[in-house]
Amino acid sequence: MLPLLLPLATGSLLLLTSRFAEGVRRAIGFAATLALLPIALLLMSQVADGSHVVYALGEWQPPFGIVLVADRLSALMLLLTAIVALASQVYAGDGQDTAGPQFQALFQFQLLGINGAFLTGDLFNLFVFFEVLLIAFYTLLLHGLGPQRVGAAVHVVVLNLIGSALFLFAVGTLYGVTGTLNLADLARVIPQLDADAAPLARSGALLLLGVFALKAALLPLGFWLPRSYAAAFGATAALFAVLTKVGVYAILRVFPLAFGPEAGELAGVASPWVLPAALATLAFGALGVLAARALREAAGWLVVYSVGTLLVAIGLFSEAGYAAAVYYTAHSTLVSAALFLLADVVARQRRAGGDRLDVVDSMPQAGLLGSLFFVAAVAMAGLPPLTGFVGKIMILDAARDSGLAVVTWSVLLVAALVVIVALARAGSALFWRIADESSAHPVRPRVPLRVLAPIGLLLASVVAMVAWGGSVTAYAWSTAAQLARPSAYVEAVLGTAADDRRSLR
Amino acid sequence: MEALVAIAIGVLTAAGLYLMLRARTFPVLLGLTLLSYAVNLFLFASGRLVVASAPLTDQGLERYPDPVPQALVLTAIVIGFGMTALLVVVALRALRETGSDHVDGGQR
Repeated sequence: MLPLLLPLATGSLLLLTSRFAEGVRRAIGFAATLALLPIALLLMSQVADGSHVVYALGEWQPPFGIVLVADRLSALMLLLTAIVALASQVYAGDGQDTAGPQFQALFQFQLLGINGAFLTGDLFNLFVFFEVLLIAFYTLLLHGLGPQRVGAAVHVVVLNLIGSALFLFAVGTLYGVTGTLNLADLARVIPQLDADAAPLARSGALLLLGVFALKAALLPLGFWLPRSYAAAFGATAALFAVLTKVGVYAILRVFPLAFGPEAGELAGVASPWVLPAALATLAFGALGVLAARALREAAGWLVVYSVGTLLVAIGLFSEAGYAAAVYYTAHSTLVSAALFLLADVVARQRRAGGDRLDVVDSMPQAGLLGSLFFVAAVAMAGLPPLTGFVGKIMILDAARDSGLAVVTWSVLLVAALVVIVALARAGSALFWRIADESSAHPVRPRVPLRVLAPIGLLLASVVAMVAWGGSVTAYAWSTAAQLARPSAYVEAVLGTAADDRRSLR
Repeated sequence: MEALVAIAIGVLTAAGLYLMLRARTFPVLLGLTLLSYAVNLFLFASGRLVVASAPLTDQGLERYPDPVPQALVLTAIVIGFGMTALLVVVALRALRETGSDHVDGGQR
């Protein structure tokens, strides 16, 4: 419960205190975001033994009331959100938060929406939290205004409103067929559907998949992403790296649970669609990175690329695939957030050239920023020894037994090569081809620590994921086991809700 | 009555889609509004249509309307209204910043 109440209360408080000095509000926002970290860790320790923490809102018993459910996957996503949010909050504290009004409050509402989407166990409630996070997303995207941002925002808002309408159609269809919206109850009812109702439920499920694919920026619904992310401020773009993962999470949550192998007529309704779309997204994202003319644009395309990779793993719909997906989610969220922040710092440091990939006169601290970029690029491209490599190995290994192994392997490996080339080119253009270091330019300020610290934090978490690789992979595997056998989830929500109720602290 | 509601939803959706495919922000906005009306009607109908009955339930009543879709519709209306208001603001802002009401900006 606390992961939701804390941002809600803080956000409202920040709205009320809008006359206070910016420093005070910044401190409030920072404290609230920092507090999410131990909360997420606590929740993670509670669910690490494979149990589910269920909280029925307003004491309305499932399947009638709305429940919040935390399992290993939700806890992991909360932790990732907390880390990325902390980094982007600290980064925004260096001046980007005052470019427009109410940044801090919107930031908290954004966190409320994200955390809510990760915790809810109810389809309609998922819609509500999607809308909460989207409305904060639109306003954060508009933060600071300017024609480029507003132009991108019009597209994003219209697209997502259409997405919301389709989501509601899907929810209505599923409710009309099954009479329930609780995810666990859906999982119980769907296998018992008779043959008449199955086509309706199937169309509802596929509509739902389309909506989630739009949020996750899966091809052909992902064209909005690179332009809008590149237009946003660095700090908010980093937080948006979590946002696409919400769509991925929703696919990973809903489909194995309600439309898994036990779903009778509807078993595996998503499987013919996800893998081909994911492979296309992956290839397209890699080409986009290659074609990008600026680092921020490249980072946007890398998000598309990593979503594609991630959904390849999910699209296998096997336990090994889920494990790879969980690991890769953690990796790609952290790395893409770091890349967005880095691109922003680079653009600030070489004021004339911005983050365009061409030669500039000089750039203070090119060495330091270059090394950070190198770490992020190695992780992103999937070179050993960092996380991208481990994640890719897990995906390749999971794909070995599937029927499409040849296609999957070749697309994944070629795309990885393309990304390596693109990142190497970007890195050398940005950090090596600096025309004349010694010419008498006015000394530009060095990057302050609180700008570098968030990037350091994100990259340190990536390194930590390798250093404690054993336990991280073990967690990914146990999460996958939980996802592949949804009966425990159903039992936890419907069976024991009355007697053993621990609050979601 | 089912046929009537179904036709109404279909016409609203079709009109909404047609308007959304226009290139100016205002028709797109109207289209989205029509689409959200269609969605609301659809959600309402997903709890089955019941004629001549108590609005929620009454003692001894055999056929009563499902209260859940009503709650869903209420939520959807509120959210849809808020989102439409936001889109109006964004569209106006885009008009001011780019000097054009074309959805891609810049064009006259």
